[in-house]
Amino acid sequence: MTATPLLAATLVGVGGALGAVSRHAVGLRVEGRRSVLLVNALGSFALGAVSAAPIGSTAALLFGVGFCGAFTTFSSFAVGTARAATERGPRAAATLAAATLAAALAAFLFGSLLAARVFG
Amino acid sequence: MERTPYGFLLVAAGGFLGAVARHAVDVGVGGVLAAASGSRLAPLAGVPTGVGTLVANVVGSFALGILLTRASSDRIRLLVGTGALSSFTTYSTFVADAVALGTPAGAWYVGVSYATGFAAAALGLAVGRGWRR
Repeated sequence: MTATPLLAATLVGVGGALGAVSRHAVGLRVEGRRSVLLVNALGSFALGAVSAAPIGSTAALLFGVGFCGAFTTFSSFAVGTARAATERGPRAAATLAAATLAAALAAFLFGSLLAARVFG
Repeated sequence: MERTPYGFLLVAAGGFLGAVARHAVDVGVGGVLAAASGSRLAPLAGVPTGVGTLVANVVGSFALGILLTRASSDRIRLLVGTGALSSFTTYSTFVADAVALGTPAGAWYVGVSYATGFAAAALGLAVGRGWRR
């Protein structure tokens, strides 16, 4: 089944609302930049799994584009890194940027390998 | 405010709008690139993956930089910052796009996204601070 544009937007929106609320809940429990790193790694793992799982376009829009897309955030990461550069120096900012990429990339690949093994 | 049901509702409403806007940018950029295939912009037509995500991430990082230096209330910060702008931008899709592009294109994509994203965030923070004077 292919989603109509309106249905697609609704699925993405509902997934996005759930993703944002979940990210907010993590942010209330984990401090600042660490929580951004955590949601970006967890969400990348989930998107890796979603991208390798045999699901239809409806579920992909809801969970992948909507939920995982909104649960993870680039803007909070970029602002956090820019602030780290001015407050704690370029080395701290570079470490944060590299650690986020390494964690999210590893999590994404692990998620997709895991899903491919489970469903393959 | 941020722990109340109302606070969560603001984040949810913003998250809905931000995710839909990101999807619209992605579909829109894809449409523009597809339409470019028969025109003078034809070289752009072969650029599929990640352009929409890159645009959303850079625009959203700039806007969040302004918002965080300017937001006068928790309500605005939760609705527009934690909700809309943070959901408009995405890290997971950015990683998925980089993996899909493979090497060396994926590495370039990461480098360009990081460079433009940090610059946009720093510029947004500076602009926001400037306005406050």
